[in-house]
Amino acid sequence: MPDRRLFFLAGAALLCIVAFMTIGLRGNIGFVLALRAMKLAALLQVSVAIAVSTVIFQTVTNNRILTPSIMGLDALYLFGQMLLVFLLGGLGYAALDAQLKFGGEIVVLMALATGLLLPTLRRRADMGLMLLAGIIFGILFRSLHSLLARLVDPNDFAVVQGASFANFNDVRTDLLAFASVLTIAGIVIAWRTRHVLDVIALGADTATGLGISWSRTVTGLLLLVSALVAVSTALVGPVAFFGLLVVALAERLVDTRRHAVLLPAAMLTAVIILVGGQALFQHALGSSSTLGVVIEFVGGLAFLVLLVFGSRK
Amino acid sequence: MIRIENVSLRHGKTQILHDISLTIAKGGITALVGPNGAGKSSLLSLIARLQPLQAGRISVDGFPVDTTPNRDLARILAILRQDSIVTSRLRVRELVGFGRFPHGRGRLTPADYAIIDQSLRQFDLTDLADRFLETLSGGQRQRSLVAMAFAQETDYLLLDEPLNNLDMYFARELMRSLRRIADENGKTIVIVLHDINQAGAHADRIVAMKSGRIVADGAPSDLLTPKTLQAIFGFEMQVETVDDMPVVLHFR
Repeated sequence: MPDRRLFFLAGAALLCIVAFMTIGLRGNIGFVLALRAMKLAALLQVSVAIAVSTVIFQTVTNNRILTPSIMGLDALYLFGQMLLVFLLGGLGYAALDAQLKFGGEIVVLMALATGLLLPTLRRRADMGLMLLAGIIFGILFRSLHSLLARLVDPNDFAVVQGASFANFNDVRTDLLAFASVLTIAGIVIAWRTRHVLDVIALGADTATGLGISWSRTVTGLLLLVSALVAVSTALVGPVAFFGLLVVALAERLVDTRRHAVLLPAAMLTAVIILVGGQALFQHALGSSSTLGVVIEFVGGLAFLVLLVFGSRK
Repeated sequence: MIRIENVSLRHGKTQILHDISLTIAKGGITALVGPNGAGKSSLLSLIARLQPLQAGRISVDGFPVDTTPNRDLARILAILRQDSIVTSRLRVRELVGFGRFPHGRGRLTPADYAIIDQSLRQFDLTDLADRFLETLSGGQRQRSLVAMAFAQETDYLLLDEPLNNLDMYFARELMRSLRRIADENGKTIVIVLHDINQAGAHADRIVAMKSGRIVADGAPSDLLTPKTLQAIFGFEMQVETVDDMPVVLHFR
């Protein structure tokens, strides 16, 4: 039965993609299509990266409310950007080779995220503690970010500011090729570990009893999550509640937590919301910058609903 | 054979296990008994490599638990922890199916399905197989977890207080099932029990622990005497013999 629902989701996702490519075509069609294809590629990557990273993160932390961004992972990424500008200056930052910088950032983010999150996970902390730790991490990095923002030159600040807000309209197409390698690798790894993820969801002791090397597997998964967060944050900027919204919706649609079904369902749901929403707002309604706001608003509501009415833990 | 040599464990300043050495031969049921905080569960989780060994050596069938790849161990030894909480939304059959994970890494063959069905039958779960775990009572969930450990088809089965949450009927059924799989399938079962009479009725050997040390070890008929029991639990209790079986009147 979930297969039929997946089929339906795939159809809807395809429709959204077609709508995104065709609604409101004007002028030089070839040029517009090429431009839209680039943007589509970026949006697809962001959808997939956020969906996969959120599903894996929720499974590893064993809850339905945390997402990498609620734990402050993208705040960490932005702080890294600011630190670079602070150290190199706006010109030096702009002069950095984009792909080299991106590669370096991913490595640093992976190292920091694992270093910070592993000890928390190792203590098998309960949800409240995890949530609290995440919020504090997030505040810490955001405060450090704004501290540095006050210290740099206003011109330099303008350089970082562009990277600090979610913007689905102005995606970084120059990083597309590099990012797509990571995203595809991420999908392949996630798919291959789908059965392992099912076992991980049973908790550390049971998973160990079933032959999973817990620390090693969880470290690997967290590295994957941080790489995917870096991809989406680099391409469009931070989105706090999108992952939560997507996974909560997908889980209700397919009514299972089995990763063989949930992973594709979450990816497709993300594509439907992001590409479909962008098609609606940008091409049909012509108000291009609102999608980010709408997604965060609905996602925030979903977060509150999950928090208040329980997440069917 | 499970061989435990000079194992000690401390958490911070508290010494949980003091230099424990114990050999459990292959086959039969060994019950670990003792008052709360005696270190029974800690010892069990050390054997099942759920905690890192701090001092000493443990091997199962000659495989040291700290250096043998986890995957290989999962085919030799299964563990059921006290209050394992499963938060995934799963049906009973799916949960029991996870017991096959060490063998096929998640891919289930017809042979696996046969084993899952047999395991469900063994623990009286066939009627509940398609129910979600969260709709079950504590005892039914406990039986599902035992069935999962059984489906792992390991020679060694470690169970930490599996009778928790079970009513008298299912406690008896579970102990009888364990007795049967020990006798018929030649499994080695190590079980932490609080009900001394269940241990007396079903175990081949009782190992009693107190404050991180082994204080008594032997067949139920040798161990269940007022004197030994007082040494273990710290209070006097009457022991009667009914049908050649010692019955401890610990509740009086």
